[in-house]
Amino acid sequence: MKTYLLPSIKITIILLVILSGLYPLAIAAIGKLTPGGGDGVTVTLNGKVVGYANIGQKFTKDKYFWGRPSAADYKADAGAGSNKGPSNADYLKDVKAKIDTFLKHNPGVTTAQIPSELVTYSGSGLDPDISPDGARIQVARVAKVRNLPAGKVLALVNQHVEQPLWGLFGPAKVNVLQLNVALDQLK
Amino acid sequence: MNTEYAGIIFMYLATVALAIPLGKYIAKVFNGEKTWLDFMAPLERLIFRFSGIDTKKEMNWKQHLFALLSVNVLWLFYAFFCLLFQAHLPLNPDGNPNQTPDLAFNTALSFVTNTNLQDYSGESGATYYTQLFVFMFLHFVSAATGVAAMMVVFKAMKDKVTDKLGNFWDYLVKAITRLFLPLSFVVAVILAFNGTPTSYKGKDTVIGLQGDTIHVSRGPAAGMIAIKQTGTNGGGWFGANSAHPLENPNYVTNMAENMSIMIISISLVFALGYYLNKKKLSWVIFGVMTVGFLIMVFPSVTAEVNGSPYLHQLGISQTTGAMEGKEVRFGPAASAYWGINTTVTSNGSVNAMHDSMMPVSGMAQMFDMMVNCFYGGVGVGFLNFYIFIIIAVFISGLMVGRTPEFMGRKIEAREMKIASLIALLHPFIILVGTALAAYMLVHFPNANWATKPSAWLNNPGFHGFTEMLYQFTSSAANNGSGYAGLTANNIFWNVSTGMVIFVGRFFPIIGPLAIAGLLANKKFIPESAGTLKSDSTTFGIMIFSVIIIVAALSFFPALALGPIAEHVSIK
Repeated sequence: MKTYLLPSIKITIILLVILSGLYPLAIAAIGKLTPGGGDGVTVTLNGKVVGYANIGQKFTKDKYFWGRPSAADYKADAGAGSNKGPSNADYLKDVKAKIDTFLKHNPGVTTAQIPSELVTYSGSGLDPDISPDGARIQVARVAKVRNLPAGKVLALVNQHVEQPLWGLFGPAKVNVLQLNVALDQLK
Repeated sequence: MNTEYAGIIFMYLATVALAIPLGKYIAKVFNGEKTWLDFMAPLERLIFRFSGIDTKKEMNWKQHLFALLSVNVLWLFYAFFCLLFQAHLPLNPDGNPNQTPDLAFNTALSFVTNTNLQDYSGESGATYYTQLFVFMFLHFVSAATGVAAMMVVFKAMKDKVTDKLGNFWDYLVKAITRLFLPLSFVVAVILAFNGTPTSYKGKDTVIGLQGDTIHVSRGPAAGMIAIKQTGTNGGGWFGANSAHPLENPNYVTNMAENMSIMIISISLVFALGYYLNKKKLSWVIFGVMTVGFLIMVFPSVTAEVNGSPYLHQLGISQTTGAMEGKEVRFGPAASAYWGINTTVTSNGSVNAMHDSMMPVSGMAQMFDMMVNCFYGGVGVGFLNFYIFIIIAVFISGLMVGRTPEFMGRKIEAREMKIASLIALLHPFIILVGTALAAYMLVHFPNANWATKPSAWLNNPGFHGFTEMLYQFTSSAANNGSGYAGLTANNIFWNVSTGMVIFVGRFFPIIGPLAIAGLLANKKFIPESAGTLKSDSTTFGIMIFSVIIIVAALSFFPALALGPIAEHVSIK
């Protein structure tokens, strides 16, 4: 046993120092050079931090664009999905209710126009994004509440559409928090 | 939608393109040839000198096993006690509590075995100490354990007659210093520059735009996320794993992480060819694995991109696909693709919630784990494949009426018995575990546990059964992904899956090592006209058939009760 146990203990100690001690410290040192300095990238409005760029927030007021439903109520220290299966009857009722709520707040929009991400829970419960269409169908509501011309709000949405990576890979999207911050800055 | 397809095609091709030279490099490392990472040599010498290890002392297969098991048992105890008392250890800025004994048992086993089933959430169930000094440490060493075991089998195939199969510690350390550490470093830096936190600061509190108070969990996550992918571990920093926007902030990181999941598993197949100087054999194995992989990718991606038939009935637009449990920045194609990647490789990290995917995807993901060798986990994927090679050789031998041989050695009753036992063990622990869970659920729905069995499942009907089947499949395959709706943090699930994880890890390492060791001691028979060519397409088809028959026969009834039944009941 001594042939194996003693080297096992010693190699564990030194590997702990290298892998768990030094390696993350080196990454943290490099992290200082990144945007956000390794603490996470924040978003500010009028000099005040109002959130993290990558972490979605709960938007329920009509004057803001809404993001995705969250099974975690957008708690950024307990992100989680709904884990509802596609055939679950209670879940389908829940989605139906979300569709109805959305239609009530957005007169003029039809069910067929609602993209699925606006009425389904995200995987993390903290999804910061919606699809460009998901933002565009909310323009009329937001413009009306804020007494802004719809064209101006639509232009702002289009300005915030992030195209696929290098124009080639992945979906296009809109970051809801950043769009809403820009909206608040709009005069 | 086209850009989404382009994304996954690019990821696959780029992974293979990088895996081939990486395989060549790995073969060089373990052949003791010069490589450009030789500047790591002083660090290795320091590790060996400190540990009092002489790497020139070669070991036979039994000595390898003793070394492997002793160090793994040590890690198990270390992890268990750290988790049990984590609240009192340093680096706990968020003030998180100790893990309960059954949870610590499950978590320790899970991480030592490269499984990373997580019945806790990283934000509240672990501390920075346990994340870095237990989980991330085990990410490295459990992956390296797999590679070291695989190297023993490689070495046994390489030399003519020998019982000297290299030094376990040498394999273990080199797998870390020459492979996992450098690669993880690169990936961690990519993550850091795209917004994954790296600092040791605890939770931040901000007031959001609507005036809500938001607590944001953070921490030195980038380094751990990198090795969780490259080492096919899968245990994430945050509970939502790679669906979490800090763990996987954008499409660039998604590509980097997704490619990291696959790259080493694929490169090890090519490493075999370069190491034995049998490149054609590598291509045959790679071909078999790739066919199996693609058969799973197509239906899953199609199902998710087309959207949920139930939501179609509600009349909404599903141009963005089936979005329940998915993140907008990845989209349905990259989420389904990841789901297959993570289950073929025994990784188990997720960028979307599998529980909410279509039944076709669930079936594909479980089938991947039931086979567990279409690429497979680092090192162990090849060991599983090796078992199927032995069985295929034996059956081919019987079919043509010759003594079966592989790599110049006769396969006889003893090797065949070991191979059959290992091949049957996997379905046995999955099906018995699931049956036991279903029995408890039906007959003891109100058993007095932290979570009553009647409250285990998050979904009714066939989907609920799938949640249980998935949990045991994932445990036995050392995968670690879950149908996360299952309430698994209670004594029944923690203990039962903990035991399945243990059996599912170490026996499939012991078996192939024993076979390879026994074969290496046998007389070498030079190839003749009657030898079954192991590097031919015919043999590839033979292996593929054996895999499909064994897996399909074992698992079809269970799959029929879960995802198949759910799929055919879609109206």
